[in-house]
Amino acid sequence: MANPWSLSGALRGVFSRKTIDDTTWDDLETSLIGADFGPDVTEQITEHLREQVARYNTTDPADLRRMLRENLEERLSKLDSTLKLSNRPAVVLVVGVNGVGKTTTIGKFAKFLRNFDRTVVVGAADTFRAAAVEQLGTWAERAGVQIVKPQQQGQDPASVAFQTVEKAMRESIEIVIIDTAGRLQTKAGLMDELGKIKRVVEKQTEIAEVLLVLDATTGQNGLAQAEAFIQHAGVTGLVLTKLDGSARGGFVLAVQEQTGIPIKLVGQGEGINDLTGFTPHVFVQNLIG
Amino acid sequence: MATFGSLSDRLAETLKNLRGKGKLSPADVDGTVREIRRALLDADVALDVVKSFTAAIRERALGDEVNKALNPAQQVVQIVNEELVEILGGQQRRLEFAKKPPTVIMLAGLQGAGKTTLAGKLAKWLKKEGHTPVLVASDLQRPNAVTQLQVVGEQAGVPVFAPEPGNGVGDPVKVAKNGVRFAADKLYDVVIVDTAGRLGVDADMMKQAANIRKAVDPDEVLFVIDAMIGQDAVVTAKAFQDGVDFTGVVLTKLDGDARGGAALSVAHVTGRPIMFASTGEGLDDFEPFHPDRMASRILDLGDILTLIEQAQGAFDEAEALEMAEKFATDSFTLDDFLKQMQQLRNMGSIKGMLSMLPGAKGMREQLDNFDEREIVRTEAIIQSMTKAERANSKLLNGSRRLRIARGAGSTVTEVNQLVNRFEQAAKMMKTVAKGGVPQVPGMGPIPGAGFGGGRKQVAKKKGSKAGNPAKRAAENARLANGEKAAPAAPTGGGFGLGGKKGDKAPTQEELASLQKFLGR
Repeated sequence: MANPWSLSGALRGVFSRKTIDDTTWDDLETSLIGADFGPDVTEQITEHLREQVARYNTTDPADLRRMLRENLEERLSKLDSTLKLSNRPAVVLVVGVNGVGKTTTIGKFAKFLRNFDRTVVVGAADTFRAAAVEQLGTWAERAGVQIVKPQQQGQDPASVAFQTVEKAMRESIEIVIIDTAGRLQTKAGLMDELGKIKRVVEKQTEIAEVLLVLDATTGQNGLAQAEAFIQHAGVTGLVLTKLDGSARGGFVLAVQEQTGIPIKLVGQGEGINDLTGFTPHVFVQNLIG
Repeated sequence: MATFGSLSDRLAETLKNLRGKGKLSPADVDGTVREIRRALLDADVALDVVKSFTAAIRERALGDEVNKALNPAQQVVQIVNEELVEILGGQQRRLEFAKKPPTVIMLAGLQGAGKTTLAGKLAKWLKKEGHTPVLVASDLQRPNAVTQLQVVGEQAGVPVFAPEPGNGVGDPVKVAKNGVRFAADKLYDVVIVDTAGRLGVDADMMKQAANIRKAVDPDEVLFVIDAMIGQDAVVTAKAFQDGVDFTGVVLTKLDGDARGGAALSVAHVTGRPIMFASTGEGLDDFEPFHPDRMASRILDLGDILTLIEQAQGAFDEAEALEMAEKFATDSFTLDDFLKQMQQLRNMGSIKGMLSMLPGAKGMREQLDNFDEREIVRTEAIIQSMTKAERANSKLLNGSRRLRIARGAGSTVTEVNQLVNRFEQAAKMMKTVAKGGVPQVPGMGPIPGAGFGGGRKQVAKKKGSKAGNPAKRAAENARLANGEKAAPAAPTGGGFGLGGKKGDKAPTQEELASLQKFLGR
C-alpha cells in the first residue's frame, strides 16, 4: 500500500529545512505542480512568494509556509461561495462530464438540504446512462426526498426537468435538484441539449443555481470543462468531488480565477453526509496542513 | 476550447529563431526543452516523468544525431516523438487468453473511471472476435451498478452473472468466484469481472480487490483510468499496482479534449502497457491502443509527419501533373472526379486524416458529425454511369439520371446534387489552374496559400447536404495536387495551416516558419 501523496506531506519536507534556498524553491514548485495547480498558477505563486521573501528579508521556511497559506486563502476567498437558494422553488441544475459523481453529489446534497428541514424533489433527467435513474432513486430513498422519474426509457431530459419543476410548484416543494446525464464538453450535440433543459426550466421559473461537478482527480482539463459548461449551461457554482482520495484539486484555483465562478460545495466520500460547503480556510488547511 | 496555445504553435514560435542556424546551441535547445516541459505539464504528465523525459531529450538534442541532420529543429521534435512512443510502450500488446478456458479478465479502477461501461464494450468486442464472454457483477457498492451492468450486457448481447442485488448487499469476492465457476459450467470462454470503484488510499477496498484477484486468479487485470486525470495518476496507478497488480491499462474518455498525459505517467511509472482506448459512449467506441497516436496527442502536435507521408504516398506525382493539365484544359471529367475521390480514400479514413492535423482537437466534435460513407455513395453513383456519361456530363438527361439512381441505389435528387457539385468543382478548378482565386459561396476570400477556409468548411457543414464534405475534401486534395504541379506552394503548409490557424490568415512569415518546422 503506497502512502497517500499529499501536498502537506510534500511540503513538510520543504518547510522542515533550516533556511530558504534554491532547493526550497524547486521542491515548492514540484509540490505545487504535483497538486495539479498547473504550470501557470505554480509560476505565479512561486514568483509572488519569492517577492515577499525578498521584501521581508526572511530565511525562515516557517514564514514561507505562512505566506503560502495566506496567498492561497486570499486567492480562493475572492469569490462568494454561498449558495443562493432563496427562490421558491429554488431550482438547482447539476451538470458535469461523465463519472465525476453528479448523481452521488445530488444524493448527498438532498440530504444536506433535508438536514436544514427543506423539502426537496429530485428530477432524474439523466435518461441516457444505463441505470442512472435507479441510482438516483436509491439516493433519493436514502435522503428521504421525492423523485420524479421519466415515464419511459430515453425520454427527453428536458421534459423530465419540466415535470419535476411542475411538481414542485404544484406541491410547493422548496427545492428542486435536477440530475443531468454526464457529457464530455467536446460533444456539441449533448451540450446543446443542456441548453435546452435550461431554456425549458427557465420558462417556468428562474433557475437558482447551475452547479458544475468537477472531479478532484482531474488535471488541467478541468479548465476546459469549466469553460465549455459555463458557455453552454451558464454555470453559477462549482462542486469539487472525490477530495477524500489522494487527489488535490489544485486546478480549481485556476478555474475559479479564470472563470470567476466560485466553488460552492465539496464532496469527500461516498457516505451520505460527506458533503460540505466550501470554506477557503479549511480547504487550504487540508491542502497544506 | 482550451486556452492554451497548442504545443505546435509554441514550438513553431521558439523554432522561428532557429531558422537558418545549421547548429543548435545549448541555449537554443534549452528554450525548446522548456516549451516541451510546459506542454507536458499542461497535458498532465507527472512532474517526475517530465523531468527525466526532458533531461533525456536535452541530451539527445545536443548530440551528433541532431547536428548532422538537415533541419535540427525538426529533428528535436522527432526525438520527442520517438521518446514518447518509447515510454508509451513501443508496440501494442494483445490480450492473453488462458490455455484452459475460461479466461478471466478483472477490471479495477477509481470511481467514475468508466469500468462498467468498459465491461460492456470489452464484452461486445470479444464477442465480435468470436469469443463467448460473460459479465460478472462484482460491483456491489455503488447504487444500481448491478442494474447498469445488466443493461449494458443486454445492449452488448452478452449474459450477465448477477446473483446479488448490490447496493451494499452481498460479498463481491464470492460473486466473482461463483461467476468464474458459472462460466466454466456453461462453457463461456471469457469472464469479465466488474468491480467497485475504489480510491487508491482506501486500504479496505484495495484489500477487497486483492481478495477478488486471489479468488478468481485472473489472466488479465485491467486498470481502467480516465484520460482526464491529473497528477494523481501516478499515485493511483502505484496504489493499484501494489494493491492488485494489474497487467494492462485501459484509457477511457479519450473522446474528450484532455491530452491524456496520464497515459504517459502510468506507463512510465508502472511499466505496464496501455492496451485499449475507449473513445465514446457507444458500445463500439473501443479500440486497441496506438502509442504513436497518443504521443502526438499528448504533444498536441498532430500527426503532421504521417499526414505528409501518407499524402505523398497516395498521390502519384505523374497523375497529379496529368490532373493539373486537365484542369487547365477543361477536360476534367467525372472519371477524374472519381479518381480523385479514390485517391483520397487511399489516404485512409478522412476522419482519421483530419484528426491528424495539429490543433484539430477543437474540430473533433465536428469530425464526429462527418459521415465517411458519403464518399462510398458518391462512388456508387459515378460507377453507375456509362463511360460516355462519365466523359461528358452534359449527356445526363432525366431518364439517364433515373437509371443511374436506380443502379446506385439512390435517388435522382442525389444524382442531381452530385452532378451539380461536379460542375461547380470543375469550374472552380479551372479558375485555380489559371491562377485565379475561386469564388466559393460562404467561404470568403482565401488567404495566401492557406486553404484553411476550405478545410474549415469541411467541418462546419455538419448536418448539411450529403456529399458536400466529401466534395470539400476532394477539393482540398485537388488543391494539393494542383500545388504539386506548381512547386512554389507547399502541400504540408496548406494542410497544417488549415487546422491550426483557424480563422486568421497566416502571414508570409508564419508560413515560412511553419514550413521550416515541417522540414520542407
